[in-house]
Amino acid sequence: MSVLQVDQVSKLYRASSFGGDVTPALRQVSFGIGAGEVVTLIGESGSGKTTLGKIILRLAPATSGRVLFEGSDIAALRRSRLRDYYRHVQGVFQDPFSSYNPIYKADRVLELVRGVYFRHVGEREWQGKVESALHAVALNPGDVLGRYPHQLSGGQQQRLLIARALLLDVKLLVADEIISMLDASTRVDILNLLVSLKRSGLAILFITHDLSLGHYVSDRTVILRRGAIAEMGDTGRVFGNAQHPYTQDLLAAVPELHKKWHVAAGRTQANGTGDVRTATPDGAVRDRARSLTRTGRPHRPAGTFEPPLLTQFEEDHFVAAAEP
Amino acid sequence: MSVKVENLSIAYPTRAGQVRPVDDVSFSVADGEIMGLAGESGCGKSTLGNSLVYLEGRMRHLGGRVELDGADLPIADVRAMRPHRMTKISLVPQYAMSALNPTRRIGRLATDLLRSHGVRDPGVITEMRRRLALVGLGDEVLSRYSFELSGGMRQRVTIILSTLLNPSLLVADEVTSALDVSTQRAVGEMLIEFRDRGFVKSVIAITHDLSILAQVADSILVMYAGRLAEKASTGTLVKAPLHPYTQLLLASLPEVGVRHDQVTLTGIPGRPPSLASPPPGCRFAARCPFARDKCAGQRPPFEEVLPGHHVACWKVREGWPT
Amino acid sequence: MIEPVRRAAELPPASRRGAFPSGLRSEEPATSDEGRRELRAPRRRAGQQSDLLYYAKRNSKLVFGLSLELFFVLAAIIGPVISPHGTAEFFLPRQPPSAQHWMGTDYFGHDVFAQLVNGLQLSYLVGALGALCAALVGMALGFTAGYRGGLLDDVLQMITNIMVMIPSLVLLVVIGAYLKTRGVVFEGVFIGLTTWPWVARAVRAQTFTLRSREFIDLARLSGRRASSIVVKDIAPNMASYLFLVVILLFGSAMLLAASYDFLGLGPTNGISLGTMMNQAMLWSALQLKMWWWFVPPGLVLTGMVAALLIANVGLDEVFNPRLREQ
Repeated sequence: MSVLQVDQVSKLYRASSFGGDVTPALRQVSFGIGAGEVVTLIGESGSGKTTLGKIILRLAPATSGRVLFEGSDIAALRRSRLRDYYRHVQGVFQDPFSSYNPIYKADRVLELVRGVYFRHVGEREWQGKVESALHAVALNPGDVLGRYPHQLSGGQQQRLLIARALLLDVKLLVADEIISMLDASTRVDILNLLVSLKRSGLAILFITHDLSLGHYVSDRTVILRRGAIAEMGDTGRVFGNAQHPYTQDLLAAVPELHKKWHVAAGRTQANGTGDVRTATPDGAVRDRARSLTRTGRPHRPAGTFEPPLLTQFEEDHFVAAAEP
Repeated sequence: MSVKVENLSIAYPTRAGQVRPVDDVSFSVADGEIMGLAGESGCGKSTLGNSLVYLEGRMRHLGGRVELDGADLPIADVRAMRPHRMTKISLVPQYAMSALNPTRRIGRLATDLLRSHGVRDPGVITEMRRRLALVGLGDEVLSRYSFELSGGMRQRVTIILSTLLNPSLLVADEVTSALDVSTQRAVGEMLIEFRDRGFVKSVIAITHDLSILAQVADSILVMYAGRLAEKASTGTLVKAPLHPYTQLLLASLPEVGVRHDQVTLTGIPGRPPSLASPPPGCRFAARCPFARDKCAGQRPPFEEVLPGHHVACWKVREGWPT
Repeated sequence: MIEPVRRAAELPPASRRGAFPSGLRSEEPATSDEGRRELRAPRRRAGQQSDLLYYAKRNSKLVFGLSLELFFVLAAIIGPVISPHGTAEFFLPRQPPSAQHWMGTDYFGHDVFAQLVNGLQLSYLVGALGALCAALVGMALGFTAGYRGGLLDDVLQMITNIMVMIPSLVLLVVIGAYLKTRGVVFEGVFIGLTTWPWVARAVRAQTFTLRSREFIDLARLSGRRASSIVVKDIAPNMASYLFLVVILLFGSAMLLAASYDFLGLGPTNGISLGTMMNQAMLWSALQLKMWWWFVPPGLVLTGMVAALLIANVGLDEVFNPRLREQ
C-alpha cells in the first residue's frame, strides 16, 4: 500500500471570503508515494507545487479531493489524531533561517517536539534520542546544541531541521526546495543525506524547480504546470523520453556544463505554444521570448479549470494533453 | 582592453574588525567578452562587481586601480563616477527586478532615469521600444506598472534600462537567479544578443551558478574568500580546471542524466574562512585535499600558467602530483 | 531508520583538517549567512538585550521622557503624603500661592496643591485602566484575526470598522445620562472599550506578516496549539511593537480622560486634573486672574503625556536601528 495517495486534489483561491475572483492553484492532481521512494514534484513558479506540499502537511486545506495517508483521509484529522499524523509526516522548507524563531536558540525546534510527543521521556533517554538523530544527519551535537540560529550555517540549519523530523517516527518527509538557498558545495551533501534516508525506508516528496537535482535523487517524477500534471512516471523515462512539450521545453532550457543550449534545443520538435522554432539564433531568442510573455504571467483565462487528460504512454509514464 | 583591474582591495568596518571582501584582485576583461564572475556566498564577487560602478556607503577603497577603455575609473569617488554611470559602465544590481518603483509606469521610469543622466533625446525612447521588441516584449510594457509584469519580464526590463545608453561594461549581479528555468535561458540569451549587437561592449556576469556561465560566458573567473582562484576560457575551465576548489565545485554539481545510484557526488566539507580574520597563505588550504605546509603559510600568486589560464595555487605552480 | 550517514568518497587527509573521532565531519559555523542572504545582518538574541540597553541609555529622548514621567509618578505617590492639607478641607478661598498653600486655594477654598497631587493619582489610574482594557481587547481581537484569517478575520474587521464609526463622546453622554454616578472604573473601562480598534488593526497587521514566516509553519507541524503559538512565537517577535503600543495607549487614555473630565463627563466622585480645569473654567478662574488654579493642572497634564510620547519616539529609535542617527 502506498504511504501517501493524493487523489484528485484541487485548490482554488478566492479574492475574499464573500465571493470574488477564483484562481485555480491546483487542478485535480493525483499520484502516490510508496515507502522508500523519492518522488520529485517539479514545477516553476505558479505551478502549485508549494501549495500541494502545504496541503499534504495539513497547513492549508484542499478545496476538493482527498489526501490519503496509509489509507485514511487526512482532512478528517483533528487535534490528537492530527498530532499523530505529524508523528509520521513532517516537512522541511526552503529558507533554513526563516524556519527558526530568531529569538530562541536553534535546538528549541527539538524541544518543541519533545513537549508534545515525548512528554514522559526521561532526560537521559531524550539526550540519547537527540544524539542519534544528530548523528544520522552528520551533525556534531557540540556544534549545534546551545547555539542561536544565526550562529549556524545554512547547511547545519537544514540538517538540524531534518534531524527534528527524524526524532519522530516519520514515514514521509515533504522537502520543499530545501537546498535552493544553500551553496553549491553543500547542496550535494544534503541530497546524499536524503538518499541514505530513503534507503532506510523513508518516503520523500522532493519539491523543486531544478531538474538536475530532481533527476539525481528521485525514483519517480511528477511535472506540474499551472496546477495540473503535465507528465509523470519513472524518472528515467520522463527525463529520457519526455513527451509533453512543456517537459521538453524545460529540459531544453536547463543550463548544463558540457552542452550548449542550441545543441540541446535540437532535441525538441516544437515548443510548448505550437510555434515552430527557427534555426537562426536571432529568431530563436524572439520566439522563445514571445512564448514566455504569453505564459509568463500566471493569469488564467476563463474556462481553464479542467485539467488536461492524462494518458498512459508506456509502463509507468503518463502524459497529459498539451494546453495553450 | 575594455576593463583592467589592478590590485584592487575594498574593505568595510564591522564590530568584529575590518572585513575585506575584495583582497588584492587583478584581472582584465577584453572588448566584446562576457566574463562570468563565479563563487559561493560571501566570497566577495558581488562587492567586487558592484564597487566597479557604485561604491556603497560603508565600503572603503583601500588600494588598486580600475581602468576602463584606457582611462582611469575613479571608483572611490562616488560623485566623480556619476558621469560614467550608465554611459560607460552600468550595473544591474541583485534583486533589481524587485526594486522597480511600483508607483511609476515603466515608460515613466525610463524617462526619469534618462533625465537624471541629462539625456533628453526622444530618440532614446524609440530605441528602447526597439529593444523591447527584440526581446519579445511589446510596447504596452511601457504603460504597465512593475507589479503587472512577471519576474522574467521585469528582469529583462531592468537590463534594457541599464544598457539604454550603450555602456562599455555591464555588471550584471545574479540576473538569472530567482527565475524559472525557461526565463533564465531567455535572459541569458538576451545578454549574449545585446553583446552581439553592440548594445554593450563587455559584460561581467556575477553568479553562483556555473552552469549558466557555461552557456553564456566566454571566460570564467572563480573567486574564493576575497581572492581570485582561477580564470580561464569557459571551455577550459569546465573541462580541465586546475584549481582544486574549481575541481571540487564542478564535481559537486548534479547534471540532468546523473542519478545517485550511478554516480555519487560529494560536496566540499568545511566552510570558507572568516573575512574578518582570514588565514595567511592560501585561503582554501583548510579544505583542500592537496594542501601542504607551504599552502597555509604562503599566499600563492594569481598568475598565468597556461595561455589565457590564470591560477593561484602552489600545487599547480610547483607541479605537485595529484 | 536512524543510521549514520556513510561518506561515499573519502578525500585524502589534509594536515589542517580536524575529523571527529567517530569519523564524521561537520561544518564550522559561518560568520556570514549562505545563499542570497549575503547582505542580511544577522540578528543576535543574547547580544540583543545588551545592545538594546546600550542604545537605550544613550538615547536622549528616551532618557528625558522617562525621567520626566518618573518624576510625575513619584509626585503622584509621594505628593498626597507630603501635602500639608487634604482635598476636603476648607481654607480661605481664592488665595494666590503662598507658604501655607503652595499653589494657592481655589474658588471654594480647597488647597490647589492637594487637589493637584490627588488628581494626578486619579489621572494615572484612569489612564492605566483604560490602556489595559484597550490593550487586552485590541490584542485579543488583533491576534485572533491576524492568526486565523479567513472568515473570522473578515467578521472582526467589520466589528472594528463599526466601533470606529461610533462617536465615543456622544456615547459617553448618552450612557452617562442613565447612570446616577460615574466612577473612575467606569471611565477607565469606557475609554478602554472605545479606543481598542487601532490596537486591533495594528496587531493584526503585524501578526499577518509574522504568520507567513516558516517557523510558524514548523510550530504547527510540531502539533502545538494556536494559543501557544501566538503567545510563545508571535508575540515575543512583536514585543518591541507591543511595548510601544501600550505606551501610546497610556498617554492617549490620560489625555482622553482629561478631555472628558473637562467637559464635565468625568467621575462624579473624585478630583482629577481634568475636573480641576473644568471647575476653573466654570468658576471663571481666567476672569478672576486665578492662574494658579488652571495653569498647574494643564502644565502637569501636558508634561505627563508629552513625556510619554517623547519617550515613545526614543524607544522606537532604540528598537529600530535604521532610525538611529548614528
